[in-house]
Amino acid sequence: MPLYGTALLAGCHLTGILLGELLGRALGVQANVGGVGIAMLLLIAVRFYGHKHGWLQVKSEEGVNYWAALYIPVVIAMAMQQNVVKALSGGPMVLLTAIATVTACAGCVSFINRREVVTADEAPKN
Amino acid sequence: MNTLLQKLAVDNGLILSFAIVGLVVFCSGFLSRKLTFGRVQGSAIAILIGLTLAYVGGRMTGGSKGLADLAFFSGLALMGGNMLRDFAIVATAFEVQPAEAKRAGWIGAVALLIGTFLPFIIGVSIAYAFGYRDAISLTTIGAGTVTYIVGPVTGAAIGASSEVITLSIAVGVFKAILVMVTTPMLAKFMHLKTPRSAMVFGGLAGTVSGVSAGLAATDRSLVPYGALVATFHTGLGCLLAPSLLYFIVRALV
Repeated sequence: MPLYGTALLAGCHLTGILLGELLGRALGVQANVGGVGIAMLLLIAVRFYGHKHGWLQVKSEEGVNYWAALYIPVVIAMAMQQNVVKALSGGPMVLLTAIATVTACAGCVSFINRREVVTADEAPKN
Repeated sequence: MNTLLQKLAVDNGLILSFAIVGLVVFCSGFLSRKLTFGRVQGSAIAILIGLTLAYVGGRMTGGSKGLADLAFFSGLALMGGNMLRDFAIVATAFEVQPAEAKRAGWIGAVALLIGTFLPFIIGVSIAYAFGYRDAISLTTIGAGTVTYIVGPVTGAAIGASSEVITLSIAVGVFKAILVMVTTPMLAKFMHLKTPRSAMVFGGLAGTVSGVSAGLAATDRSLVPYGALVATFHTGLGCLLAPSLLYFIVRALV
């Protein structure tokens, strides 16, 4: 049943957020430390063991895949509620800082990724 | 009639959002095929349309939530809010190949560290050039350059003025939007095509919103890898900025 998949997803989501929250407290940080990332790792692990032991059914997986497919629409809705006015009216310091940072980081990404020779032949697989 | 429609829209906010976003995606796909002959991805155009609408909404209402501040479109706040966004991001983890993620894990962590230090240094340097001299303001603006959540969290922790905190949020938000818009254009330059390259990008570009939208507009299959790393960004920033980074700045000025 697809609901099992969605419930499983919700379980991983909540557990991850909770662990991220606890990790934040343990580190003395007023923020969730990697909760969503932990939830993702949990889901990857659950899928791996579910397949290995055969209790994860294709029908259940549909309940996760539907939400993964909603990802782009949700991101578009997110774009629709960004504070674009504030971002554009921040003055020269705001614009300069953001542009310089994005440029420098893109340069770094390019520099690191150009070194990826060994796995480059696997690219078409994606 | 007008009040009837308004009531319908407010009572069914989330449902209306599905319909609106569906329409935007449909139009974007059409524009992508007819106007750019598929060269610019439909989702990239959809995100640009979304940001433009957010600008229009912000101008009309003076609020901070773009189009979602108009009562008619208030459901967008739920559909595009953090809860559903994170839920959808977690769901994409189902597509991750564990071997790929494991192999690139260490380089993702390195990228995450550079992605915290580099923006912070740039933010602090530019704030210094613009005349800020006290360690608290410099650190807060530097933290905002990491992500727009790290800025206010750091500012509140070390006691920055509300003016500086606002500035740090503005830097972070503008950076996130810049990442959303420029990622598809810079994808070739950044060699964004493998899971490993997406993890490097997720660590360096920071901000879940920027990375998630930027990768969505570039190559949907790379999203889970980038997001997996990027979701640690805010946490790491909130950990380092008010502590280690603040002490370093205080020692320097």
